[in-house]
Amino acid sequence: MSAGATARRAAFVAALVVALTVVVAFLTFPVVAIFVRSSPGALLDGLRDPSAQDALRLSLVCTSIAAAIIVVVGTPAAWLLATRRFRGRSVVITLVELPLVMPPAVAGIGLLAAFGPQGIVGRPLGDLGLQPVLTTAGVVTALVFVAAPFYLRQAQAAFEAVDRRWLDASRTLGAGELRTWLRVAIPVARGGLITGLALAWGRALGEFGATLMFAGSFRDITQTAPLAIYERFATDFDGALGLSAVLVSLSAAVLLTVRIVGRGAVVGGVRG
Amino acid sequence: MTGATPVDQDDRGLSVTARHRLRDVALDVALDVAPGACLALVGPSGAGKSTVLRIVAGLLRPDEGVVRCAGETWVARDRGVAVPPEARSCGYLFQDHALFPHLSAWRNVAYGLRDVPRRERRDLAITTLERFGVGRLADAHPDRLSGGERQRVALARAVVRRPRVLLLDEPLSALDATTRGRATRELADVLREHDVPALLVTHDFVEAATLATTVAIIDRGRIVQRGAATAIAASPATAFIAEMSGAVVLTGTAAPADHGLTRIDLDGGGVLLSTDAGRGPVAVSVHPWEITLHAVDGSGGGGVAGVEGGPGVEGRSGGSVVGDGPGGGGGPAAGSARNALPATVTSLTTVGNRMRVGLLAGQPLTAEVTVDAVGRLGLAVGAPVTAAWKASATRVVSAGDPGVD
Repeated sequence: MSAGATARRAAFVAALVVALTVVVAFLTFPVVAIFVRSSPGALLDGLRDPSAQDALRLSLVCTSIAAAIIVVVGTPAAWLLATRRFRGRSVVITLVELPLVMPPAVAGIGLLAAFGPQGIVGRPLGDLGLQPVLTTAGVVTALVFVAAPFYLRQAQAAFEAVDRRWLDASRTLGAGELRTWLRVAIPVARGGLITGLALAWGRALGEFGATLMFAGSFRDITQTAPLAIYERFATDFDGALGLSAVLVSLSAAVLLTVRIVGRGAVVGGVRG
Repeated sequence: MTGATPVDQDDRGLSVTARHRLRDVALDVALDVAPGACLALVGPSGAGKSTVLRIVAGLLRPDEGVVRCAGETWVARDRGVAVPPEARSCGYLFQDHALFPHLSAWRNVAYGLRDVPRRERRDLAITTLERFGVGRLADAHPDRLSGGERQRVALARAVVRRPRVLLLDEPLSALDATTRGRATRELADVLREHDVPALLVTHDFVEAATLATTVAIIDRGRIVQRGAATAIAASPATAFIAEMSGAVVLTGTAAPADHGLTRIDLDGGGVLLSTDAGRGPVAVSVHPWEITLHAVDGSGGGGVAGVEGGPGVEGRSGGSVVGDGPGGGGGPAAGSARNALPATVTSLTTVGNRMRVGLLAGQPLTAEVTVDAVGRLGLAVGAPVTAAWKASATRVVSAGDPGVD
């Protein structure tokens, strides 16, 4: 190899290293700044604030309920999408994935148009006294709407990776379709399902725009942690930092859990 | 012999007739398998072999057809009967084994034991694994097992429920050559022990000949010939079957001989030598193109037909040695042939630029020579010849004696 080629190669590698350094620095800097700017004392003070505690509690309750709904309804739906070929399947998949790319403001308007007091579904719901706008149920509705596609997508991919012959083997060994699904398909796809759940949960935890428009920001009723951060960043920056630090820590813990759980999974897990 | 005689259906037998439109072939088969018998479906990939298994297991509903097994009707399309797979009790051995990756070996075996009380399942699973020599691997997950070990776990899983039919889909193709011999014997044992009908799907004729009682050649969705493996190999009905069956298969009894060789006393007379090890009842296979034909005295002069082999098969006199391919037509190659059987020509079939010569030497066998050689040797139906080949071209396949190698 000539000296020129060696030099070019070294320059290329150096450029790659620089690019990665810039990416890592840019992506981690805001996260690091949250912890650097807020002293541990101020952080704890912020958390002792009852309104912050309310917001965190509400966030955890709403995201958990939303996650439960997403898993219970989304898992069978994803299984159907992954294993059956039917007319209009690709249209269904596109519709299901649409919220992924929808601007939060559009999602909020859409939810209002559908479930609001004058909405298509909202009016009959209101007659039954189940109007979700400006209620905790409204928060959950918004979270499910924006987060479900993350789970569905991942779950569908995980189920598609399940070898058909495992399902066939299960059937010939005396298990019906439901039992095969519960005892083979779900355990085998476990890694992908958990990854999808974590992504959906993370998305729900950070949900801001659609919740604000659809459910409002009322303390202890609809004010989730991101809304509480927004409310206080102009007046109580340290308080906002403290809540942010808690949210970042929660998200990091989820990501880490997924990586650890996913490593032991058979298909569709996060490798690394 | 293609389905000529109606099989006297034992109540526990399997009977299938099915038509099914696949992407590029139309499957149309009818077959009967008696309890304790094994029918091998041999054919190229895409011929519809595995589809037959899927139909029997209930994993695929045929467009038309009837499946009966163990005195029950599993499929009768005209009457709308289609028993789901979980209610059929098929011991299905999948290609690549299809062990559940998230379960340990014993849990794989115990998966189908829902009718057994919970606390007895583990014991039964482990006993079955032990029976296949893998009891110590009960707690291992499939990704920790070798190909041969997986095969045994899969076998244990398939038979532990005492199925009423055994379905074997390319059971040996996922195994390397060294494991295959032992796996073949284990399969043969399983087939013998379980007195139920068995269907074996394979593209390997020798595998079929070793394990099955009857072989059916399947091509583009249809069974084109069926019968004993030796009979099919000896007189293939079409050139396609000749290609498919490939090897000559002879049966006999093996015993160790001098110089590390194995001596096989053929059923129906004749003795062969092989470089393979073997003992007890065996199948012997040789490729038709390994067999050279020699004229016997009177029809060309010079050919010595020593039954015990020996270097006595001289081919130099009168150019009567006929081989196939380069190096096969001269004396030196034929001179190292240790096996020689006196035979009578029973058929001549053209396969491309070659001639398949059907022979009878106690058992039927087939040689493949050039068309030109047939003329030079003056071969005709009824003519006596000597068929010769090397001991090193003689494969010995155990028919199920556990004491071999």
